[in-house]
Parts: sequence; structure tokens; C-alpha cells
Amino acid sequence: MTKAATAAQGNSKSRLSDKLPDAKLLEWLRSMQLIREFETRTMQAYQQAKIGGFCHIYSGQEACAVGTIGCVEHDDPVVLAYRDHGHALARGMDPKACMAEMYGKAAGCAKGKGGSMHMFDKPNWLFGGHGIVGAQTPLGTGLAFAARYEWEVIGSGKKKVALCYLGDGAIDQGAFFEAMNLAALYSLPVIYIIENNGYSMGTAIHRHSANSDNLLARGEAFGITSVKIDGLDILNVYDQFKPLVDECRDMQRPAFVDFKTYRYQGHSMSDPQKYRTKDEVDQYKQKDSIANLLDHCMSVRNCIDEDGWKEMRTEIAEIVREAVQFSENAADPDPSELFTDVYANPQPNLSPTATYAHGKKNPLL
Amino acid sequence: MTTLDLHPATIENVPQPDFSKPLPPREGDRIIQFREALKEAMSHEMRQDERVFLIGEEVAQYSGAYKVSQGMLEEFGPKRIIDSPISENGFAGMCTGAAMYGLRPIVEFMSWSFSLVAADPILNNVPKMLYMSGGQWGCPIVFRGNDGAGGQLGSTHSWCVEGLFANVPGMKMAIPSNPYDAKGLLATAIADPDPVFFLESERMLGDKAHVPEEQYYIPFGQARLAREGDAVTLVSFGRPVNFCLEAAEKLAEEGIECDVLDMRTIRPLDIDSIIASVKKTNRVVVVDQSWPFAGISSEVITQICEHCFDWLDHQPVRVNTEDVPTPYAKGLEYAYLPNPERIAAAVKNVLA
Ligand SMILES: Cc1ncc(C[n+]2csc(CCOP(=O)(O)OP(=O)(O)O)c2C)c(N)n1
Ligand SMILES: [Mg+2]
Repeated sequence: MTKAATAAQGNSKSRLSDKLPDAKLLEWLRSMQLIREFETRTMQAYQQAKIGGFCHIYSGQEACAVGTIGCVEHDDPVVLAYRDHGHALARGMDPKACMAEMYGKAAGCAKGKGGSMHMFDKPNWLFGGHGIVGAQTPLGTGLAFAARYEWEVIGSGKKKVALCYLGDGAIDQGAFFEAMNLAALYSLPVIYIIENNGYSMGTAIHRHSANSDNLLARGEAFGITSVKIDGLDILNVYDQFKPLVDECRDMQRPAFVDFKTYRYQGHSMSDPQKYRTKDEVDQYKQKDSIANLLDHCMSVRNCIDEDGWKEMRTEIAEIVREAVQFSENAADPDPSELFTDVYANPQPNLSPTATYAHGKKNPLL
Repeated sequence: MTTLDLHPATIENVPQPDFSKPLPPREGDRIIQFREALKEAMSHEMRQDERVFLIGEEVAQYSGAYKVSQGMLEEFGPKRIIDSPISENGFAGMCTGAAMYGLRPIVEFMSWSFSLVAADPILNNVPKMLYMSGGQWGCPIVFRGNDGAGGQLGSTHSWCVEGLFANVPGMKMAIPSNPYDAKGLLATAIADPDPVFFLESERMLGDKAHVPEEQYYIPFGQARLAREGDAVTLVSFGRPVNFCLEAAEKLAEEGIECDVLDMRTIRPLDIDSIIASVKKTNRVVVVDQSWPFAGISSEVITQICEHCFDWLDHQPVRVNTEDVPTPYAKGLEYAYLPNPERIAAAVKNVLA
């Protein structure tokens, strides 16, 4: 058994997370609460028809994005599926840029050309949310390939780890099997994080995946270190995920994580949720990851009290309110932007009807 | 060695080859095969730029299923000449991620027919990434491989993907008809910061011609007037350009002289050269090895009608592969493809 797999079995006596400073825990608490609050306001804006298209809410799964991203370096590449607001914020995207993107404004992270499902942030090494289920998995392998190539062939980089997130529904895609095979074959440092919230839209996992009690077998089939993590407790996430990251970085090889989590809202904003009971949702809310960490901070670490928590929430509510306000008032994309960013080298005669040009500089760059 | 700009802050002002430099002469006695011309273009760029690597089925130890990459493993080693499993969706997607990160992958499809299982990365990701990310991440990648019928491989292995794929904005498409252009266009494709779909033909890989030793860059969007005449304009791309030249040769014996335009790239499309020729000849035949319905020939003819309708003395005519799946039998396959006889008949048709 590898070091990471041993650690993954959990050791209640001395936890890796015990060594984390209080400030780190409070940073995570803040980050999770920011996502929760942001998503609440996102739903409101969606209901007011300020946000269009498909919109997938991350509430309930915060410990996954915040915990796993908390284990890597700022310049480790990250690629996501379409349920991506949480990761974008956890990665450091300005909430204004994230919200403005959903509002379809020029100040959005993709200048209003991507929308909810396509959050990109180059300065934060975020290689996009991706709308096609499973499409991001070979991309994740490629980010790891490039990072390893940069370090090994070009000699100008350092050992990196790529994080590639996918839902439990995406594990059924052929692309994912190919992505894993390539990562294992070429020994690439990518960690596939299956955010297993139990449902692919309205199809429960045992109805969409064979042998769904043992997802780890899929990673193991390729000789990939495969670990199951209870993703509702962020300290547990750190305890198990951090050694895995270190190992993948050090050994330059992939890993597979079955990350057990739960989403509180419907699949997207238009989901009547007939496939699950309110009871089930309530049960998971009892194990809420934010409440969990707050409790730990209050009663074990004594690093925050009721007043401090209230203050933190107020501050966060204000940040999100500002993001909404900003997006409301932000300018629409200039009509000319329709024809920009199509080509990096726009030359004549590429289209019978369009004349392409370089776009305005992306607000994040 | 160029400076490695793996993570440029913006994608503007990407260094480009100096296209003002005159191209070396096409005539000479350095006779090599089409496949060697391709290898020379790749090898030169790989020597220049460590970000460039080649990946595909059998490209390394087997020296390429069609021997295009022969000797490259020996020169560049297994970290840059990479044998892939039969996993087009996987490795095309992997290279999409690598290109976003800042590398310059060359992805060899043994045949473009096999790229269809990689439709999601090559059509849904690569050409749209720059736009979808609001100008943050482009995909400087070259997909190359054999396109088209002619080897009695039957329907599944004989795809001409140009009609299908050129529909997608965000990509460029080059399709050489001869060894000289193959080298110069592939060099440009690798240097270009946009995704380039590069279409070769197994039937031409053994074709021989003079190819200069130095690296040269043929600008995209500039057709070559392969033969001059005033009776009819023949517009074509890729392998059928050679059929047009054959037909034109025969027609010349009957006193019919044709302009033969080798478009060299489909996107961009040098419509200006087509217009200039049509204004001279007033008659045009478009020869296209992909299917006719909503294809390249339909696009070219539409643009001709948009730009110089009044100059036409006869409605434009197209010669495509016949609108059926590719047959196996030799005779049927010949009849299916645009061949010199069909082209000559079309020319006579527009002159009638
Ligand atoms: C290739 C493809 N097929 C179908 C869809 C429609 N679709 C979007 S999300 C989804 C469910 C995916 O569930 P999962 O991977 O578990 O992610 P979650 O929504 O739970 O985060 C489906 C079917 C799609 N976007 N792409
Ligand atoms: Mg799911």
C-alpha cells in the first residue's frame, strides 16, 4: 500500500490537519461561506432572469473545492466540469468577475462569452469549466503532460500536479477511461477528483454506473493510486488529500479520488427533484461541511466565536452583494466583441461573412 | 532557440514567421518525397522550439504508419516523439490541454477518418477555447494525417473531412497538393498560434519533387496559380489539384486553356485570387474531393456568386466525389472520385 493510501485509511490519533494554523482553517471557513453565499445570490439572480442558460449550484460541495485546492500550489493547473463557480472562487477568482460572467457582462472572466459553465482564470491557473460531461478529463491529463514536459524536457518548470474535477456522471464517459489510461501510461501528475454527489442529473449512481459501490476499481484497473475520501469534512479532506498531492507531485504520477459529497440544490436551476426525498437532503444538511468546520473552530480550536462568525458572514455578504451590484451596473459586451477572440492570429478571408479581430484585453489579464 | 513563452500574458503579437521574405524557387534538383517534406518541416520547427512535440499512433518506434516521421525518434527521443495508444479522443484531448498550457503539439491521425472518434476535443474544444475563455487560452495545435479516398479502403477509411470540419469557426485548414507546398504550409501551420487542421493524402506521400532544404513559410490564404489559361477557371485543393492539371493538359491539346488555382488553404480561403481569375475567364469549375452537400465546393460557389455573379457567362459547376459512401471496387472508386475525365467533361460543359 502506498503512503497516501495508508494515510487515506485515516488515523484518528494524530491528524495532519492538527498542524494547520488557525488562520488556515479560518481562511477555509471564509472561502466555503463565500461560495455558499455567492450561490444563494446566484440563485436569486437566476430567478430574476438576470442570469441565463444552464446554471449549476455548488452548495453542499464546498469542502471539496476548498479542501482540495487548499492542498496545492497556486500555479498547479486546475480544470473543471460545468458546476464550477465554487472552484473558481476557491481558486481566487474575483467574485465580481465570476458573477459578471453569469450576467453576460464585458467585465466577466470570459468577457461574457462563456457563462456559468465556462469559468476561466488564467492568472489563477484555472483552465476552465467545461460543459461537455467528461470533456475536461483528457484536458486534465494534458495539463499534467505539459507540466511534466515543461519540467522534464524544457527544464524551465518545477514538479507540478494538475487537478481535474468531474462528477459521478462523468465517470461513465469513454473519454475518462482514455484519459486515465494515458495518464497512467505516461505517468502524469494528474489527480482525478470524482465529486460523487450520488446523482447524474436525476439518475442515482447505482442506476448509471456498474459496480458503483467500488469506483476505486476503475482507477486501480489502470494501476492508479485510488482513494475514497469523505468530502463533507474539510479537515478529513486535508488529512487524506494532502499526502496524495505530495505523492503525485513527487512521483509524477496520477491518482483517482472517489470524493463523497452531496449537492443541496437541484441539478440545475430547472430541476423539480422528483428523484430524491426532502428527507435525504435534510439528512445531508445535518452533516453540513461549513457547520462542521465552524464547530471545530469554535469548540476545538477556539479561534472564532459567535461574534467573529457573525462578522465574517456580514463581511462576506457584503462582498457578494457588491459582486451582484457590480454585475448589475457593468457594461454589456461591445457588439464588436462578437467577432473577437475567435482567432489568435485573425487573418483575412477566414470567413465569408465575419471579419475577425483581436479582442479587448480580458479583464483578468 | 526561440525564447519559450509558455504562459504569455496575452495572445496578441505572437511572433510570426517573416512572410515578406521571398519564397525559395520551386525548381531545382533536390528531389524528395512528399512524406520527407513533411518530416523536414516538423523537424526544423522542433529544433527551433522545444515546445513542439509529435504524438500519434506508431509515430515513434514504427517510424510512422506511413513513414512520415522516419528518423525523428532517433533525433528527438521518446519524450518528444511519442507513440500513443489507439485512443484518438484521449490523446487529441490530452494535447488540447497541453496546448492550452503553452506547448505546441503536432497530433498525427493515422487517418482523418479516425479523428471522428475525437470529435469532441477537435471540434468542440480546440477551435472554441479562445472565444469561450474570453481570449485567455488559445490552442496552438496542429492535427495532421491522411485524408481522402483512393486506396480501395472502403467507406470507413476514406473520409474527406474538409467539408465537415471546415464549418467550425476558430480553426484553420491547410491542404497541400505537392511536396513543396507540403513543407512550406506545414511549417506555417506549426508556427501559427491557432489550431490548424492539416490534410495530407496517403496517395501523395510518395510523390516526388524539388523541395528546398531551408525552412520556408507559405502564408495561409494565398492560392497558387498552378497553370494559366483564359477559357475556364479550375479551383481545387489537395490531391484533386493534380487531377485538374492532368485534365487541363488534355484540354490544352484541344485548344482549351484553363487557369488552375491550387487554393492551398481552405480556411482562410483566397477568394480574391478566385475572383481575379473568374473575371478573366468568366467560367468556373470547382473540384472538391469531399461530398457536395453543404461542402467546400458549395461554399466556394456561393462566394463566387456573391462577389462576381455578373462576370459569369455560365453557372458555376462543381465536381465532387459522388454523393454516396466510398465504394471498395477499384473501378467504382475511380468513378466516385473527381477524376480527370469528369473534370474535363465539366469544363466542356461550362464552355457549351
Ligand atoms: C456529453 C454530454 N452529455 C450530456 C450532457 C447533459 N448533462 C449535463 S450535466 C449532466 C449530469 C452530469 O452529472 P455529474 O457528472 O454527476 O455531475 P454533477 O451535475 O452531479 O455535478 C448531464 C447529463 C452534457 N452536458 N454533456
Ligand atoms: Mg453527480
